[in-house]
Amino acid sequence: MAAVTVDHLIKKYRQDKKTSITALNNISFSVKEGEIFGLIGPDGAGKTSLFRILTTLLLADSGSATVCGLDVVKDFRQIRKQVGYMPGRFSLYQDLTVEENLRFFATVFDTTIEENYHLIKDIYVQIEPFKNRRAGKLSGGMKQKLALCCALIHKPTILFLDEPTTGVDTVSRKEFWEMLKRLKDQGITILVSTPYMDEATLCERIALIQTGNILSINTPEGIISNYPEILLAVKGDDMSHLLKSLRSLPEVKSCNAFGEYHHITLKKDLKLSETDLQKKWNDQSLQIKEVISIRPTVEDCFIRLMMETSKAS
Amino acid sequence: MMTKEVVIKTEKLTKRFGDFIATNEISFDVYSGEIFGFLGANGAGKTTAMSMLCGLLTPSSGNATVAGYDIYKQTEKIKKNIGYMSQKFSLYEDLTPRENIRFFGGIYGLSDKEIREKSGRLIEQLGLASEADKLVVSLPLGWKQKLAFSVAIIHEPKIVFLDEPTGGVDPVTRRQFWELIYDASDRGITIFVTTHYMDEAEYCNRISMMVDGVIKELDSPANLKEKYKAATMDEVFFELARGAVRKAD
Amino acid sequence: MKQFLSFISKEFHHVFRDRKTLLLLFGMPVAQIVLFGFALTNEIKNSKIVICDYSKDAVTQKIIEKIEASNYFEIEKSLKSDKEIESAFKAGDIKLAIIFPSQFQQDIMRGTGTKIQIVADASDPNTATTLTNYASGIIRDYQSENGGMLPMTIGTNPRMIYNPELKGSTNFVPGVMALVLMLICVLMTSASIVREKENGTMEILLVSPMNPMLVIISKAIPYFILSLINLVVILLLSVFLLDMEIKGSLLLLFAESALLIITALCLGLLISNSTNSQQSAMIISLMGLLLPTMMFTGFMFPLENMPRPLQIISNLVPSKWYYIIVKNVMIKGLGFSYIWKETLVLVAMTMVLLLLSFKNFKIRLA
Repeated sequence: MAAVTVDHLIKKYRQDKKTSITALNNISFSVKEGEIFGLIGPDGAGKTSLFRILTTLLLADSGSATVCGLDVVKDFRQIRKQVGYMPGRFSLYQDLTVEENLRFFATVFDTTIEENYHLIKDIYVQIEPFKNRRAGKLSGGMKQKLALCCALIHKPTILFLDEPTTGVDTVSRKEFWEMLKRLKDQGITILVSTPYMDEATLCERIALIQTGNILSINTPEGIISNYPEILLAVKGDDMSHLLKSLRSLPEVKSCNAFGEYHHITLKKDLKLSETDLQKKWNDQSLQIKEVISIRPTVEDCFIRLMMETSKAS
Repeated sequence: MMTKEVVIKTEKLTKRFGDFIATNEISFDVYSGEIFGFLGANGAGKTTAMSMLCGLLTPSSGNATVAGYDIYKQTEKIKKNIGYMSQKFSLYEDLTPRENIRFFGGIYGLSDKEIREKSGRLIEQLGLASEADKLVVSLPLGWKQKLAFSVAIIHEPKIVFLDEPTGGVDPVTRRQFWELIYDASDRGITIFVTTHYMDEAEYCNRISMMVDGVIKELDSPANLKEKYKAATMDEVFFELARGAVRKAD
Repeated sequence: MKQFLSFISKEFHHVFRDRKTLLLLFGMPVAQIVLFGFALTNEIKNSKIVICDYSKDAVTQKIIEKIEASNYFEIEKSLKSDKEIESAFKAGDIKLAIIFPSQFQQDIMRGTGTKIQIVADASDPNTATTLTNYASGIIRDYQSENGGMLPMTIGTNPRMIYNPELKGSTNFVPGVMALVLMLICVLMTSASIVREKENGTMEILLVSPMNPMLVIISKAIPYFILSLINLVVILLLSVFLLDMEIKGSLLLLFAESALLIITALCLGLLISNSTNSQQSAMIISLMGLLLPTMMFTGFMFPLENMPRPLQIISNLVPSKWYYIIVKNVMIKGLGFSYIWKETLVLVAMTMVLLLLSFKNFKIRLA
């Protein structure tokens, strides 16, 4: 049985009398039991709306969805007993201490800290030294750990995590993903959203989502191997200038800044080796230091799919 | 465009909040026209340092000049010569792009004529023509951030401070945003930027890494990667920040 | 039940850790009582008056002595003719002139009746009314002391029957009680519910198996208790600071107050349903309640003097009914049989509000 099914969901927000914003545009997918499923997309992609519909907080305009085989509209009470939810914003009581927050949410979910301590132990020991500190005084990484403890305390079968790593530094993000892996090993299904493309590879399957549309659903590996073109990385001294020069070349199809390198694709295969390309372009006085052929990242795929859909529309 | 003219200079800049030392004797120079990445873990003291440089916080000790002005005595002059943009506050959402440009142009003392010219040019550059008279709230986040950046440098400041300007922005717009930054840097505007995207750290000429209130490293991304024998900036950051003791914001 | 208790204790944590709210919660009633009881009181002390006595006999002398002995008036000077009155008013501080006609004593003895004329500076109508009331009160006093031989000369305010010392605070205490209970309850409940929405904690609570209705009820309980404590504070202050006497049943008073608190809590709940920021909840509660409560409760501006449409509107203000109830119970010492109508109105209002907020209550976010 699928842990989550989403079937042709549409959600619009009315802005004024005439215009409305489409948050979800006919979306369908399913999440298998026990997997880490990532929704990867920028702000405004519709991730939060989707999470709210699945956690029974919001009603879709049309379409249907199930969580643990239960309908999100009809069976909302049963669903609320089974899911753990960590909303996007820091959603704990800032004026309660770490322990008070945890104890409160345990009671709200009709359980005790002691009963399910084994589930949160790994995470909680890291914040336990600060258990008498008010939650508002914690750092981003610690707040996030506390919020995860609170979402886990009632032993949910599915965890919904809406942008848990936004605004958190790399170190805390790495730790957080390791915690998610351990939770998955205990059989909890995890649906997580993130705007950071590099986190996509940490999920088993991902959906790339942009302005209410799913661009692609696959394993990160699958998405990358579906990239249809050869991707080249180019490096030079003056990267800003090089970007403009590369774009002006007739044979270059796309060119994007990508950290240390610029990633480019060509209109047709020039049948030239990387060194030959570098020579050819340097003859046109581009001052290129390095051209290499690389494996695309999820971000490359996202950009490509985004460009394609914007061209199509 | 990089000259060695120093536009930000700090010497043992320190800020204490009670017993807590948010920034501990930090010293660094930023050069004119440079893209300077100011990185650090949560709670490392980035925000405090940035607030002091913008003239919003008085340091506990140490010295610093921004755009040639002293951060103790000449904060008003500093404010005239810098631009500031953060993820949290950038534009008035209940005004249109045109009204925002007019307002910010006005507070930086641009003449009506300049404002008219600039707003026309900006709106065209950003491809906002059809949205120029709609409320900012209805714009996609990426456009808002691009507009906010353009507004932050509307008075051609010497330095612009960007506090996580691209958080949550889609990858395509993020790149367009950085192209705007490159353009500004080419015009000689110094960029002082914080980010959580490590690939963006690579776009900077030099980056500083703050850990526990001190600057642990300051160099070009390439040199840092070589020093730490790391393939990406992400690894460098991880190496440096992993040892952080301080976790409080 | 355990969920419920833990929720309530959480709510108390919020209140006690937020110093500003705490100050508002308990500072406001104290400030109000002190302000209304002393500073803003209608009781006007040592007002300067002039006397014009054409009669100059034993009776006028006694009345003048009595006026002078009261704390309210200070006789600036005696005039020889009423023609001087106008210039006396114009000259300055004079608030009131009392004119005794000639042959005052003779007329009383003869039983033909006589009239004392009271002229007040009505540029400040409130003060004028109050002063006139005080003066006529003193004259009535004299009349009753002397076995009713003095004919009614000046109409008196019926309210004085229950306020023989003409104390302003007796009017204000029930008014302040109504005001404080209304404002605190509505403000606190609406703001605290909306704060959960703002924080995002409402999302988690809604996703929890806890019945959403229970969430709301457990929000209301702490504020109900705090309001009762507030009530005790107000009553203690009025008894010990303002020397008031609670004539009626304390139990009845608390029961009726509890009723008003519930009405207010429902109103707060209704407001919190329709707004998403603490700020707007505060503004709605303050603007939408402070003014009508002040205006239409009857303790600042007498309702009888208002135009008819405003009088009708005033019927919609719960505190108006509560004010009547409290005055009857606290000051007049009357029992339930005298206030059942007003109680019924309050109960009906509560029912309607409760129904509305249940109907509008959202088990989801949007």
